[in-house]
Order: sequence, then structure tokens, then C-alpha cells
Amino acid sequence: MKALFWRDMRLALRSGGGFGLGLAFYFMLALLFPFAVGSDPEVLRRVGPGVLWVGALLSTLLTLDRLFALDNEDGALDMLLTAPIPTEGLVLAKASAHWVTNGLPLCLLGPTLGLFFQIPLALSGWLLAALLIGTPALSMIGAFGASLTLSVKRGGLLLMLLVLPLYLPTLIFGAEVVRRASEGAAIGPALALLSGVSLAVWAVMPFVTASVLRASAK
Amino acid sequence: MMPDLGKYAFDVLVAYGLSLGILAVLVVLVVARGRRATRDLALYEQGRKR
Amino acid sequence: MSLWEYANPQKFMRLSGILLPWVWTGAMAALSLGLIWGFFFTPDDFRMGSTVKIIYVHVPAALMAINAWLMMLLASLIWLVRRHHVSALAAKAAAPIGLAMTVIALATGAIWGKPMWGAYWAWDPRLTSFLILFVFYLGYIALWQAIDDKDLAADLTSILCLVGSVFALLSRYAVQFWSQGLHQGATFSVDAEENIADVFWLPAVISMAGFVLLFVALVLVNTRSEVQLRRLVALKRWDRIAEEAA
Repeated sequence: MKALFWRDMRLALRSGGGFGLGLAFYFMLALLFPFAVGSDPEVLRRVGPGVLWVGALLSTLLTLDRLFALDNEDGALDMLLTAPIPTEGLVLAKASAHWVTNGLPLCLLGPTLGLFFQIPLALSGWLLAALLIGTPALSMIGAFGASLTLSVKRGGLLLMLLVLPLYLPTLIFGAEVVRRASEGAAIGPALALLSGVSLAVWAVMPFVTASVLRASAK
Repeated sequence: MMPDLGKYAFDVLVAYGLSLGILAVLVVLVVARGRRATRDLALYEQGRKR
Repeated sequence: MSLWEYANPQKFMRLSGILLPWVWTGAMAALSLGLIWGFFFTPDDFRMGSTVKIIYVHVPAALMAINAWLMMLLASLIWLVRRHHVSALAAKAAAPIGLAMTVIALATGAIWGKPMWGAYWAWDPRLTSFLILFVFYLGYIALWQAIDDKDLAADLTSILCLVGSVFALLSRYAVQFWSQGLHQGATFSVDAEENIADVFWLPAVISMAGFVLLFVALVLVNTRSEVQLRRLVALKRWDRIAEEAA
């Protein structure tokens, strides 16, 4: 399982592996937004955290469709499914590798991009925390979506349609953490709900995704 | 015959019109699909028997 | 005779064929009675004026939008556990009807809200939840279309329906959590619907019955189509294989 994890990491970081795609998109989004909504710091500060959350979501989506599809195309997936590791382990390895190469860099970039939105430092801290807790859920839910669309040619659009509504709870709770922090309101509930969703997703989704992979392989 | 709908007449009529319209289109589409499926299957099964 | 016997396609076709005329008649009767009574013979609400009449289409449609998804969930579970093809096809058949109900609920909800909110859309938790349900329906239908192997499609869409149901529930709660921060008073739809229900109860119930029967009729017809189309595809494949073997 560890070998699989490192293999996926290496594949993602290789040129053409899509590593920079998510980050570049995230940067471009944050760069373009102030031009679109005007440079008034009040406005930017209000929409900033939300924009950065949505950006993280969309950036994650960009790199998801290759999660299983590439291995499926060259037959590697079939071999992996018959290997001695449980399918759930396969899912865990792939989702983890995806988070480390996509989610984690987004988390680190996000607060920096917060500068474009004049987000104060304390708030950036909460944004970082929320992203760190929430983005793993995005990778795992994304893995589920990717498994559903793995045999669909050009399934990117379908993947987006399936996965975006599943992202809503994470998005809502994650953005609420930052929003409530900016108002000085209690962030405990939002943080707890965000963590709960991420934990539950990582506990349950590997089994569901594994059954999808097994069904697709028959 | 038409009740006095007052100032909301347009809203209420559009709401009813849209709802009944969508339902009517839905019924037509579903029933037409049913007829087509029955006909296609019957034609093919007839063709096989020959 | 166990209910499961009707999972047999031939038995299903026979039974649904017998039931359909009755269901159609009941649906048309209840819809006409409920809507005509509600539209022409009920008074206006002192707060909302004649827009209260919209409940006779909005509430039943919203109810069916949810119930259609619940029926799909049950049918998906039956497919996953007992592998009855009729069940999988019934779920597939119900989806477009549920989608239409969701659209009606959204449209009438927005129109009803306009006199109250001054705009055609507001991020009211109820309306927002229905918008999310709309996207779930789209995804489910799209997944059926996208997968060529229909047995695999049945498996994947059933799993999607299950996962979607959990997330839909979670989203409903999340949306309420999210709208708490908007400093709105009691949301419009909850308030209004609870206050109206008592006074204009009977035509509303009859209308709801009409929508339920209409849903059943449409699902039966659409499932019959799916069963027939599936048989047609199977026959063609069988004949093609026989031809190639000859």
C-alpha cells in the first residue's frame, strides 16, 4: 500500500502529471477576482475566504478525473485490483497521494493568496486550518466520483456534476469557520461539523469506492 | 367565473400555467415513449417469428 | 403469493397493465377536484392574498420531489440486495419524473416568494435544498446515460443514490446552518405553509393525492418502457450472437 502511495506521488509530480495544474488555476482565480469585483478592501475581505474555498474545490476537481482513469486505460488498474492489497487500501493510497500532491499545496497557497483579498493574518490562520481539515474530504469524495466515471470517455463534466453537490457540506462548514471567525462569532460548531464530515468521509467512503471499483472491473 | 385574484393575478396564473404545462409535457413524453417501446418490441418480435 | 413475485418482468407487465387505467383515472379525478376546488372556491389569505392558491401546486410537487427520491432509494437498495431488474429499472424510470416535480417545486416556490421577498430568488433554506436536490437528480440521470453496460449502470447509479441520499440529508442540515448567519427571521415557506395548512386543508390533500397517483401512473408507464426496451436490447444481442455463430 505504501508502495502504491509513493508510486502515485511520483506519477503526479512527473511532468505532465498534473501537479501544477491545480495550483496554477488557484493562483489565476485569486488573481482575477479582484479585477472583477473591484479593489475595495471591504468587499474583498468579505468575499475573499469564500473565493479561496471555491477555488480550492475547483482546483481539486481539475486533477480528479485522472485519478483512476489513467490506470484504467493501460490495464494497470485491473492488475492492482487483483493484487494482494485490499481494494479499500488501494482507494486510501490513491486518495492520500491525491491530497498530498493537490490538497496540501492548495492549503499552503491559499492563505498566501489571502493577501490579494486583504485578509488579516488571524483570519488567514483559520482559513489554513479549515482548508487543512476540509481538503482531505475533497480528495476522498473526489475519488468516489472518479471511480463512478472511470469508464466514461471524457467524463470530466459528469464527474463535476456528481461531485459538486457532495462537496457542499464541506464547503459550507469550511467557509462558515472563516466567516464566523471574521465576525467574532463562535467557530466551534462549524469546526466540529467540518471535522466530522472529513472523518466520516475517510472512514466510510473507501469501502463504497472499493465496491464501485469492483463492480466496474467485472 | 374567474375568481378575483387581485394584484397577484399574474403570479398565480403563471404558477398554475407553468406547473400544469410541465405536467402535461411530462405525461405526453412518458406516454409517447411507452407507445414507442411497445411498438418497437412488438415489431421486432414479429420479425423474429418469420 | 409474495410481493417479490412481481419483480418478475412478465408478472410486472401484467399487473401494471391491469392497474394503470385505474391509477390514471384516480389521478385525473383527484387532480381536477383538488385544483379546481382550490383555485376557484377557496378564499384569499389575509396576508398573502391570492398567492395562497399556489400551495395547491407547490406543496404536492415539493412532496413528490422528495418522495420520488425516496422511492428511488428503496428501489436501488432492492436492486443491490436482491438483484431484481424491475427494481433497478423502476428507479431509472422514476428519476425524470422526480426531476420534473423538483422543477415545478422550485418554479412555484420562486413565484410564490416574489410578492413576499420582492425578488424571484432568495436563499431560503427550503428553496436552496430543492436546488441541491435538482442537481442530484441531474447527476443520477446523467450517470445512467453515460454507462453503456446497463447492469453496471444499475449498480453505479444505485450506489450514487445511496451516497447522494446521505449527502442530501447532510446538506439540508448544512444549509440551515449556513442560513443562520444571514440574520433572516423565520423563513417564509415554513411559516406560511404551517399557517395555511389548517384553513385550506381538504383541497390541498386531494391535490396531493392527485400528484401521488399521477406519479405512480407515470412511473408505471416509464418502467414498462424500460422493461420493454431492455428486452428488445437483449433479443437483438441474442440474435446477433446466434447469427455470428452460424
